[in-house]
Amino acid sequence: MAGTIDQEIAVGAIDDTESLPVLGKLHEWVVTVDHKRLGLMYIMGGLFFFLIAGLQAMTIRLQLAFPDGNVVPPQVFNRLMTMHGTAMVFLVGMPILTGFFNYLVPLMIGARDLAFPRLNAFGFWLWFFGALLLYFSYLAGDGLYGAGSAPDVGWFAYAPLTELPFSRGNSTDYWILSIFLTSVGTTATAINIITSAFCMRCEGMTLNKMPVLVWLAVVVAFMMLVALPPLSAAQAMLLIDRFLGAHFFDTQAGGSAILWQHFFWIFGHPEVYVLVLPAFAFASEIIPVFSRKAIFGYPVMVGATVAIGFISMSVWAHHMFTVGMGANANTFFVISTMAIAVPTGIKIFNWLATMWGGKIELKTPMLFCIAFLFQFLIAGLTGVMMSAAPFDWQLGNSYFVVAHFHYVIVGGILFTLFAAFYYWFPKMSGKMYSEAFGKLHFWLFLIGFHLTFDFMHVPGLLGMPRRIYTYEPGRGWDTMNLIVTIGVFFQAAGILVFLGNLLWSYFLGKDAGSDPWDAWTLEWSTNSPPPAYNFASIPVIKSRRPLWDLKHPDDPDWKYE
Amino acid sequence: MTIALIGCVPVAALANDWGMGDSNSKIPPSSVFEPVSTPAHDILTVTFFVFAITGAIFLIVAGLLTYAILRFRARSGDDNREPPQVYGSNPIEFAWTTIPVLIVLVLFLTTARTIYTVQARVRPPDALSVHVIAHQWWWEFRYPALGVVTANELHVPLSDPKAPTPTFLDLESADVAHSFWVPRLAGKTDVIPNKKNSMWIDPHVAGTYLGQCAEFCGTQHGLMLLRVIVEPRADFDKWVAAQTQPPTVDASVAHGRQVFESTACVNCHTIRGTAANGVFGPDLTHLMTRETIGAGVAMNTPDHLKVWVNDPNVMKPGALMPAMNLGDKDLNDLVAYLATLR
Repeated sequence: MAGTIDQEIAVGAIDDTESLPVLGKLHEWVVTVDHKRLGLMYIMGGLFFFLIAGLQAMTIRLQLAFPDGNVVPPQVFNRLMTMHGTAMVFLVGMPILTGFFNYLVPLMIGARDLAFPRLNAFGFWLWFFGALLLYFSYLAGDGLYGAGSAPDVGWFAYAPLTELPFSRGNSTDYWILSIFLTSVGTTATAINIITSAFCMRCEGMTLNKMPVLVWLAVVVAFMMLVALPPLSAAQAMLLIDRFLGAHFFDTQAGGSAILWQHFFWIFGHPEVYVLVLPAFAFASEIIPVFSRKAIFGYPVMVGATVAIGFISMSVWAHHMFTVGMGANANTFFVISTMAIAVPTGIKIFNWLATMWGGKIELKTPMLFCIAFLFQFLIAGLTGVMMSAAPFDWQLGNSYFVVAHFHYVIVGGILFTLFAAFYYWFPKMSGKMYSEAFGKLHFWLFLIGFHLTFDFMHVPGLLGMPRRIYTYEPGRGWDTMNLIVTIGVFFQAAGILVFLGNLLWSYFLGKDAGSDPWDAWTLEWSTNSPPPAYNFASIPVIKSRRPLWDLKHPDDPDWKYE
Repeated sequence: MTIALIGCVPVAALANDWGMGDSNSKIPPSSVFEPVSTPAHDILTVTFFVFAITGAIFLIVAGLLTYAILRFRARSGDDNREPPQVYGSNPIEFAWTTIPVLIVLVLFLTTARTIYTVQARVRPPDALSVHVIAHQWWWEFRYPALGVVTANELHVPLSDPKAPTPTFLDLESADVAHSFWVPRLAGKTDVIPNKKNSMWIDPHVAGTYLGQCAEFCGTQHGLMLLRVIVEPRADFDKWVAAQTQPPTVDASVAHGRQVFESTACVNCHTIRGTAANGVFGPDLTHLMTRETIGAGVAMNTPDHLKVWVNDPNVMKPGALMPAMNLGDKDLNDLVAYLATLR
């Protein structure tokens, strides 16, 4: 095995597009079926929409910085908050996370590509055009009138606000069709990841030796397969309501508003875990390497993830504690929701135990992971608070909830995503980023995050509901909202440093070499960036950490596993 | 675009608050920590319990994390050897699975008890029932047993903690989903079309309590405000008596009344004893007994009424009431008439 890896590095990257003119290179990217290029395209596309949806969030915060804000009128505000939410979930979170899985899963299981490369390209382009369709509504949302109006019904688009009498024009149709398309694309990716992980692992890699990231990718893919169809079905029903006069959610004709909520959250809650499990996956790869220790309790980590996957399918109605379900139904969803805290807690304990007794190197990826641990701990605990239905009767749909789920999505997911960017950037680009600017990014973003989302809990406790476009003075919400808005500028500065760092490093950075972190999984055994075929010869492994075995022939892992 | 928007931030960009800021600052904030009614009180008890447990968990876990990071940092003087590799430990995993399970059980049982006490409350036969009908973007309150119809300001009698007289709210929506939330009185309950929900409150401190719609319901969700006025039984009875009177007839505003009755006003508004019997907008029979107009966007003064009647979009962009496009004289007379509706 040592032979194969040395030989691999010696072969080097053969970039057969080097001599092509610009258009030819672009064409290569458009027609590509290479999992790495598609992964990068998902990530780039996601970053593009991240910037747009981020600017929209900034505008929202400017409007709310002071009482009686007059930066945007309510109609524009409602479009901003709908597009911000929808885009951040479907156009940013999902593609960037699937992009990383696309890129990493074949490399980590020692395969040359995903099982269905062309299906992969198909999924990407469906996602891409679906994503464009959502923002195209700004140009054509009112249909033949030629005027733009983006969707303005909130990202969970509660019926019957989405029905024709309340939502005229075509903006809601754009919301339906664009999310429908991206969901089909995501389903294709899910099938691809499951098949690849089950059928294309290299010799020696039993399921029990699969990297934690790949295990989590498989669980995420299964959850996508189960969770997305209810959303797509509900969207089809809504479309039939709007165009063919059906009455699924049309309450004026006896339809049910609650039905939509059930459909949406049967998708919507597993979706939270679809987004957060990749964050766990990144943390589970990065924390061991920068603690210089094997992950603590591998089977338990995997088992806890599978448990989260199953339990997350039975908690959806905790988004509906206030819709007037009976006490029995409420009680059921309290216990199922609280139960999910157990496997999640186990994961945090295992990361802690991984660091315990290690030699923790506080490089940028690890800094982001450490902040993630603290922030996700808080997000999980406010989640436990929300799971107590009576607490939710007060604080559901208030700014407390907005703070809670941004703590999960920004404090948890985005922080690990930044860690992942810094950790795998050398592999993807072949260049090393600037550690100093990475740390500057970390501190700016950390300060901004805490100014914004710590203080955001308070107005919720003082009775401020979410999604209001303005508020009156004298309600006791002014100061907190101003602090929240100030934090946004720190975050934005952090993002600028991040983008500048990556761009600068890509063009002018030092060569990273194939294994800059002295890491242990297979992607570090090939060149940076990896050649199109990934591995000159398919590796053969004996343990969960093949490169550890290689580097420590006297003390290999396979003796203990 | 962003730079242009940042330019808009200065206070000059703020809209008129129509006297609401002054009024609101005299009312204590709608904090969930200051309940004045049993459901809100029960919820706060659970909240403190959950805070205590999660707070303790946070201190322990965050403390261990901090210790681990400080204690096990790589130091420059270290040798280059890898630390001892530990792959896991079943007894430890068992311990940190069992303890959270026990904590979850305790939390669950406490929560379940509160759910059943609040939700299973039986309506006494003599309890006051109010129909709350949510509209885009205002609240209609009907007291079927008392013959009172009003809007946006709910009056309820004080309840004596020793002999509680709860008020039950039956919630229905005329259009889309809304949510009724007055934090100091109770948790929120959604108001959903084609579904009957109910909730109860038994406020034991007199005063005014602010709340608002808590489910996104379209353009003016942000200004679908409501206030609850809790008053001793005697005052409440006086209020009911006044509300059930026919409206005042004042000959000096006859022209204003004629304007009201001969324009589109009557299609949406009711003034009892006149030709106006519309049901899309708030009942105006006793308009001037209310503190605010436009579901809490402005204090109820003749000047504000004039702005509102002339074009509601000025105060509440997107409001469903159209601009009335009246001439100055008609507008002045109409507002003078409205100002007599006590």
